[in-house]
Amino acid sequence: MLRVVRRASMSLGKRAFLRIASILFALLLTGFILSILKYNSLQVYGEMVFGAVGSSYRIQETINKMIPLLIMGLGLSVCYRAQFMNIGAEGQFCMGVIGATYLIRLSGTSLGAMTIPVMMLFAVVFGGLWCLLPAFLKRFYGVSETLVTLMMNYIALKLVSYLQYSAWKDPKAYGFPKIANYPDEALLPKVFGIHIGWIIAISFVIIIYILLFRSKLGYEISVMGDNFETARYAGMKTTKILFSAALIGGGLCGLAGMIQASGIEKTMNDQISSGMGYTAIIVAYMSRLNPLALMVGSFLFAVLLQGGEYIQSSMRISSDIAEILQGMILLSILSSEFFTEYRVSTRKKADICSSHKTCSY
Amino acid sequence: MATDDYVVMQNICKAFGKVTANHGVNFSVKKGEIHALLGENGSGKSTLMNILAGIYAQDSGTITINGKYVDINCPKDAIDLGIGMVHQHFKQVDVFTAAENIIGGHSRSLFIKKNKNCQKIETLCARFGFNLDPRKMTYRMSVSEKQTVEIVKALFRGATVLILDEPTAVLTPQETTTLFETLRNMRDESCSIIIITHKLNEVMDISDRVTVLRKGESLCTLNTVETTPEQLTELMVGHAVNLHIPFRKINEDKKAVKLEIQNLTVKAPDGKIKLDNISFSIKSHEIFGIAGIAGSGQKELCEAIAGLQTADAGRILLEGKELISLNPSERLGKGISIGFIPEDRLGMGLAGGLTIEENIVLKSYQAQKSFFMDHRASRKAAELLIEEYQVSASNTKQTVRSLSGGNIQKVLLGREISQNPTLLIAAYPVRGLDIAASHFIYNELNKQKERGVAILLIGEDLDVLTSLCDRIGVLHEGRLMGIIDAKSRTKEEIGWMMLGQKAEEHHAKSC
Repeated sequence: MLRVVRRASMSLGKRAFLRIASILFALLLTGFILSILKYNSLQVYGEMVFGAVGSSYRIQETINKMIPLLIMGLGLSVCYRAQFMNIGAEGQFCMGVIGATYLIRLSGTSLGAMTIPVMMLFAVVFGGLWCLLPAFLKRFYGVSETLVTLMMNYIALKLVSYLQYSAWKDPKAYGFPKIANYPDEALLPKVFGIHIGWIIAISFVIIIYILLFRSKLGYEISVMGDNFETARYAGMKTTKILFSAALIGGGLCGLAGMIQASGIEKTMNDQISSGMGYTAIIVAYMSRLNPLALMVGSFLFAVLLQGGEYIQSSMRISSDIAEILQGMILLSILSSEFFTEYRVSTRKKADICSSHKTCSY
Repeated sequence: MATDDYVVMQNICKAFGKVTANHGVNFSVKKGEIHALLGENGSGKSTLMNILAGIYAQDSGTITINGKYVDINCPKDAIDLGIGMVHQHFKQVDVFTAAENIIGGHSRSLFIKKNKNCQKIETLCARFGFNLDPRKMTYRMSVSEKQTVEIVKALFRGATVLILDEPTAVLTPQETTTLFETLRNMRDESCSIIIITHKLNEVMDISDRVTVLRKGESLCTLNTVETTPEQLTELMVGHAVNLHIPFRKINEDKKAVKLEIQNLTVKAPDGKIKLDNISFSIKSHEIFGIAGIAGSGQKELCEAIAGLQTADAGRILLEGKELISLNPSERLGKGISIGFIPEDRLGMGLAGGLTIEENIVLKSYQAQKSFFMDHRASRKAAELLIEEYQVSASNTKQTVRSLSGGNIQKVLLGREISQNPTLLIAAYPVRGLDIAASHFIYNELNKQKERGVAILLIGEDLDVLTSLCDRIGVLHEGRLMGIIDAKSRTKEEIGWMMLGQKAEEHHAKSC
């Protein structure tokens, strides 16, 4: 008979092995789907990797995709560590884009070199406030933040559409529903061929690492996330901690939006987020809410995204395959968590002959 | 091996990860016998019985019932074999009646024949002498009534072997007597009763035989009449133990009033009164005990004093300073130091998923000026505490949740004492601890008392309360029934007060 038994704690090496094994398992499962579709799965995977890191241009493209995932993953990690289940990265990202674009519409080119810093500030404030509202509702009215943040994603997305199609539509675009391109002052400069978003992202890895593991606020966030009652017991200002986590999380997601708009799209449009806010949730969990692990996790997922796009043109396979693979990886990693806690074993029947012990008293 | 053994468990092994809970345990029970299973916390009593009841499956070993080998894989298997278990924490639906809870999950047919079942339950109760109204709603029941429901539920399902896991932990002395009466009736009807306990006087009082477990192994089975509490303790702990809890008498004129509570009233969010107009005071060099049935307002009292629960009326004065309007963070600012050991340590007071270091600095980190945490200082504090209180931990980075109950309590107590509190509130500080760890805690409380700390001790074991405390206040449904001198009353008198009887006038005045 098969039984499930709780196991003693697992070594770090075994854990890493389990992670890798579950990714391989996901590749195997997706390979099975590919073979039903009559594709050579090894070739498809090879092409994906080639498409993601095969040339310096492709590596740049992959890093471009990694930057927003990494920054949003950092923000979400702060929220999740405080047990604030923010799945509104998509919406906060959009609000960041709106904030940045709003500044351009307000000031045009008049700010000069200060344009980009002020854009960032606007994006952080817009994204942060968008995330603060659900935190407020959670704290004072007990509303589930999961639902509110999710619903607010749609509001933010539709707000972008509305602005693009009517209020902020560029009159000089011959009736096209598009917003005027940012002026040059509002575009992120490039370093090593990639916009400086990568430098910002790495700085935030360090900042968030220090915040979470070295600062008092980070300590309070982990205590509150582990046990809310204990935080209250210790006299922590729980409302302040919750709101700080929400502001940091939403702010970083907003910043990711601004970087995407200014570094890649050069304007605002309703395709700009393209589901990255949801992918970032997977990335954050896969990296166990650890800023350093997030660098690896976001890179892996960027490879998937970029490789998925590449096989679309090179092999005429829908990039949906990459999405299936993403889903499979998430599923198998989440299921593999089970094996870090339990193992499956069979029951042994012991010999029956030994008799009942009797006492010497 | 005796031939008349009904249930025999042989060579039972069960491990949870690294921890071996049962290691080659042998146990047997006869028909018409009350068999006590005695052992310290963590000795494997509950695990063994959970295996018999089908909640866990043994890693190896065999079970025979009436001479036949049986395979118990789930609770239903156990029920079909006539084994019923009453757990420490009852699993009942609050908005159901007693009868509905008893028949729930049992009826095989589509419809429930209510009246027929009620009659059947009443006959059962009459046969064994239970006092139970099958139509009473569960949320209106006292703890002991709920326990009765659980026992009747097991009997209703045809149990001939009944396992009771620490049944008296939640009962007053009077309720315990009634329970034991019915258990004896059941024994006379040739039921087998297994009672898990670590209270020696109960073993001596009710059981026919007793099996002692220590560290997952069955030491021996003895006839109760042929043994003594001293012998049993020695078997249980492995060496002779002084069961005496020392009381330190301190001269009255050294004492000064530290905490004063005046007309304190606390209401639950639904308006239910949890504490009703309570007044008492605690002096320095004094342990003030609170006795009462679980849920009589103890939690609210502790939390109101600790500032975690808003009071609806009254005053709480610590050294003359009003506390009632101050929340915990404002208190830290004013330098008010109250140590608080809450009843559910991992539920409040500690963050189980964090390390010992991180838990040690929970109350002191705010005093640090810097934006950053001083990790070196936390490690030092943790090392010091581990050494001073002999916490068994591999290092200071171990998570608190992975420690044993006694060590978790040491971490919490050590941290609270290190804050040099004026007042120490300890709610059930020895709950779940073994004898050695309990005595460590008692000694620590006595030490703090000698240092001049005012101590509020919420307890469940009246023997402990009467020997450790100077005075005891008895709570019943949120009202203070009286404050008595701990040395001048019997347990029975306190038991009556816990059930709602006022202390006699002249005694109340004298305290």
